[in-house]
Amino acid sequence: MKTVIDVQGVSKVYASERGPVHALENFSMQVEEGDFVAIVGPSGCGKTTLLWGLTGLHPLTAGKAFILGQQVAKPRREVGIIFQQANLLPWRNLLQNITFPLEIMKESVSAYRERIGELLESVELVGFEHHYPRELSGGMQQRASIVRALSFDPQVLLMDEPFGALDAYTRDEMDTLILGIWKKTRKTIAFVTHRIEEAVYLANRVFVMTPRPGTNSVTFDIDLPRPRPEGITMEDRYFKIVAEIKRKIVLDVEQQKREGTYRSQAYSTVT
Amino acid sequence: MAKEHVDQYEKKLQEEVPSFEEHVPERHGQLDISATLSAVSIHGWKQVVGIVAVALVVIGGWELGVRLLKVPEFVFPTPSAIARALVLSMPTVYQHFFITLGELAAGYVIGAGVGLFMAAVLTQAPFLEKIITPYILLLVTTPTIALVPLLMLRMGFTIWPRIIAVALAAGPMVMINSVTGFRRTDLAKIALAKSYGATTYQIFSKIRFPLALPMINVGLLVGGIFGLITAVAADMIGGKMGLGNKIAYYSSLARMANFFAVILLVSAIGISIWIIMAAVGKRWASWEE
Repeated sequence: MKTVIDVQGVSKVYASERGPVHALENFSMQVEEGDFVAIVGPSGCGKTTLLWGLTGLHPLTAGKAFILGQQVAKPRREVGIIFQQANLLPWRNLLQNITFPLEIMKESVSAYRERIGELLESVELVGFEHHYPRELSGGMQQRASIVRALSFDPQVLLMDEPFGALDAYTRDEMDTLILGIWKKTRKTIAFVTHRIEEAVYLANRVFVMTPRPGTNSVTFDIDLPRPRPEGITMEDRYFKIVAEIKRKIVLDVEQQKREGTYRSQAYSTVT
Repeated sequence: MAKEHVDQYEKKLQEEVPSFEEHVPERHGQLDISATLSAVSIHGWKQVVGIVAVALVVIGGWELGVRLLKVPEFVFPTPSAIARALVLSMPTVYQHFFITLGELAAGYVIGAGVGLFMAAVLTQAPFLEKIITPYILLLVTTPTIALVPLLMLRMGFTIWPRIIAVALAAGPMVMINSVTGFRRTDLAKIALAKSYGATTYQIFSKIRFPLALPMINVGLLVGGIFGLITAVAADMIGGKMGLGNKIAYYSSLARMANFFAVILLVSAIGISIWIIMAAVGKRWASWEE
């Protein structure tokens, strides 16, 4: 198996009005081709900072990150990112939103027409192509944003708490949907979330980050059958892993509090 | 305790249950003209009948009142007298109509063009914007009509002082509203475009500009109305042409029917500006509602 995402001790320091903010410190992660990993941690621990760094949206202060063997310097076609909110452009209809990446990349939309049609079908958005975002529900908008990210067929998908803004029921539906897409396309996926239940359900491996500055705390291999059996989220073996990860995060926070290094994460550093 | 609970429940209901009342977009600290724009758009025949009915009642009442009270025409003319004056004076007034329209169009195109361009460029350089802003405020708040006599001293009673006055009135209005629009930077949307490798120009044309369009639309409307006011006022100051000049002329002769007929023509231009901008807004900026 070849390593697709190779993160070697990356750090990120923001300059803020109150002095430098260490958002991410010496974080490492290796993800193999076709793997599905999740990154969890308390809020403000630098998950989004890491993902934006891997996309090349902002430079990392130290360390190196490679995607498909090439050091990350600027956004690349092989990498698709899905944001916290659906982030659709309200002045474009659904189809125009989906073809937006191709338009920016100056590629012919017609070459991808069939692919986009299939994707729309798989997320059950056929018939809504000419609707505007404000006419669609939150779940539909986020489904459209997944189609948008897949439209140009990137090999790596980075997902930044994509379902955080959705209600619990829609979120579960989206998790099933994303597993279906992963099974079909075998993309390499790195999924950031603060919901440990979601991480355990989706991923093969879960990277736990410490509170800010985020660094590796521990990595769990999720030993649950694939495809995930119906009702797995009600079973003991699933709960045990979830509880273990939660305990680890609580311990990390408590340790920082004892050492007096814990800061409440009242403000976000990225957006 | 119980009451508090009920209040909370009420509040939750208000927040979560979709309201069937008409949605009025909220805006703070800006001229809320786009909301009015959409309120003016006409829905259904009932509204048309209502509008026509109001017009009939007002015009009919005016006609009847003036006739019954025997108000002389040089004090307050009847609508029918105004209509007659409008038709009869057309052969002489129409050229003045086109002169004012020409001043407005030329001045507006220059002013709005420069204003829009400056807004787009300045917002890219925040420091420069801070330096220029007081001067733009000066232009917005100073009635540029005051410059017309000075301009006329240099350029004579030609159309040029008027075009410049219109441009100076419309431009800053377009600019100041457009600047507000271009300042709306949605970092998530810019990051989205960047993640596909968008260039600075692509980010401008595909994110910043559409995001600014609703405010540009408001600026173009306000600029148009200010331009019209300035064009008519500039006509009044000197020379022998333009609708403003005819207004002053008929007023000095106490020919009030003709006076009102010319005002009607000015209103027609104003309402046309409004309708055009509402249509532009509907086509390009309706996503914001």
